[in-house]
Amino acid sequence: MREDVGRDSFMKLKFALCLLLLSGGPVFAQATDTPLLIGGCQGCHGASGQGGHGIPSIKANHSRDEFIALMRAFSANERPATVMGRISRGYTPEQIALLAAHYARPQ
Amino acid sequence: MTLSRRVFLSAAALPAGLAAPNLARAQAGAGRVVIIGGGFGGASAARFARDNFPALNITLIERSRSFTTCPYGNLVLAGRRDINFITFGYEKLAARGVRVVHQSVVAVDAAAKQVRLADGAQVPYDRLIMSPGIDLRWGSIEGYDEAASERMPHGWVPSLQPISLLRRQLEAMPDGGRFVMVIPDNPFRCPPGPYERISMVADYLKRAKPRSKLIALDAKNGFSKQPLFQDAWAELYPGIIEWRGASNDGRVTRVNGAAMEVETEFGEKLKGDVVNVIPPQMAAKIARDAGLANQSGWCPIKPATLESAQVEGIHVLGDATIAAPMPKSGYVASSHAKHAVACIAASLAGRAPPSATFFNTCYSHVGADYGISIVGVFRPGPNGFAEVEGSGGISPRNAALTAERRKEHRQLEALYADGWYDSITDEMFG
Repeated sequence: MREDVGRDSFMKLKFALCLLLLSGGPVFAQATDTPLLIGGCQGCHGASGQGGHGIPSIKANHSRDEFIALMRAFSANERPATVMGRISRGYTPEQIALLAAHYARPQ
Repeated sequence: MTLSRRVFLSAAALPAGLAAPNLARAQAGAGRVVIIGGGFGGASAARFARDNFPALNITLIERSRSFTTCPYGNLVLAGRRDINFITFGYEKLAARGVRVVHQSVVAVDAAAKQVRLADGAQVPYDRLIMSPGIDLRWGSIEGYDEAASERMPHGWVPSLQPISLLRRQLEAMPDGGRFVMVIPDNPFRCPPGPYERISMVADYLKRAKPRSKLIALDAKNGFSKQPLFQDAWAELYPGIIEWRGASNDGRVTRVNGAAMEVETEFGEKLKGDVVNVIPPQMAAKIARDAGLANQSGWCPIKPATLESAQVEGIHVLGDATIAAPMPKSGYVASSHAKHAVACIAASLAGRAPPSATFFNTCYSHVGADYGISIVGVFRPGPNGFAEVEGSGGISPRNAALTAERRKEHRQLEALYADGWYDSITDEMFG
């Protein structure tokens, strides 16, 4: 039952997002950007960012600031990485901020 | 939200054409989206649409009841995975509310906005997504037709020929035998694929038939992740692999299936105990019949929305498209899919398309616990697509890493390849 309650508030959130989607151009673009952007993460880190096969979880592991700092460190080659240095340099600061908002711990 | 979702779900069970009731049609962004092809592009499009755009009515048309991936096919060839591991069904996509129709498409009528199936049914659409994959250019190498491909398997299009045929021939090959590979010029499906295959065949030969050789005859002079592959071949498989590029008479122009012999541009004849011919390719027939392909045999698309540059109302995804510098890879097809669906949803709602960022990571297994990768992030550019400057590229070469870090890097990328495979196939079929 508790899960249902959680699901219900999630649906309410989705509903609110849908209203936003319907309400105007720029908001629409932003709201669609996140599901598109996370496609680059999901391919390895999984649908919700949970990781697996040694691939780290990125789901609620960091604050927004930590997430952004981590991506900056990857793109500056200041943190050892296999693919993340090469990947992180492909995204704009705005896109990284959207990813941080999506994956970071709720604040 | 819950109510409209229920209305939609019950609508999904109705026959095509009646599927979108007036109520749903009246919703902003509602519409009938038909997807042709249930591979990486089509299956990802269906799932992404279901998860993110409940007002869209999604029909996926795929002639096969199961899908065997090209990725990890080379590991099946090497005996490191089972064919069942790389084969998936469409049941879960159907359970998520995608109307899955197992039929061949015989014609696309873009003017009437409907698709005709082999059983005679007409499927109307508001927007069409085609992710048709590739066909092989039979006869472009003289003597290489469908009959010859039984003797000399391609193992390149799982729906035409399972990788298990080449696997059986490899297993039957005598120790001390010769495995000949014929590799095409660009563009073709999965640029690093032939070289992963060289690696995986060598991995098998080293373990099971160590006196054997592999000769790869290539119609070009360079290939994807070349320095990484060649470093690894020297390290892992010394004396087993000989790769010959076009300037070293690597281009094969003729094959003789009965004699198990291939002939190069300058007339050298080579016999193999197993001969794997990966022939030149083009967009699949249904795309060419629909008028989507140009003279190259591939489909030009508009970079911002992935709509066909030749036929209105049709979005084209994946290997069939002209999308360089993006490779013809499963991950790119999946990335195309999500963007096309978002563009369609925006268009049906009367909005501008979202900005496009496309993404690719291709891992290759070179040996046990030895993986390498190429990464790319792409956006629409002045002429087609462009890779984001400073991003992407291949794994570091051996010389750039300490011995300890090198071992760890290769091991991690082999492990991450498995993670990638699980994630992306789960997204499509889970």
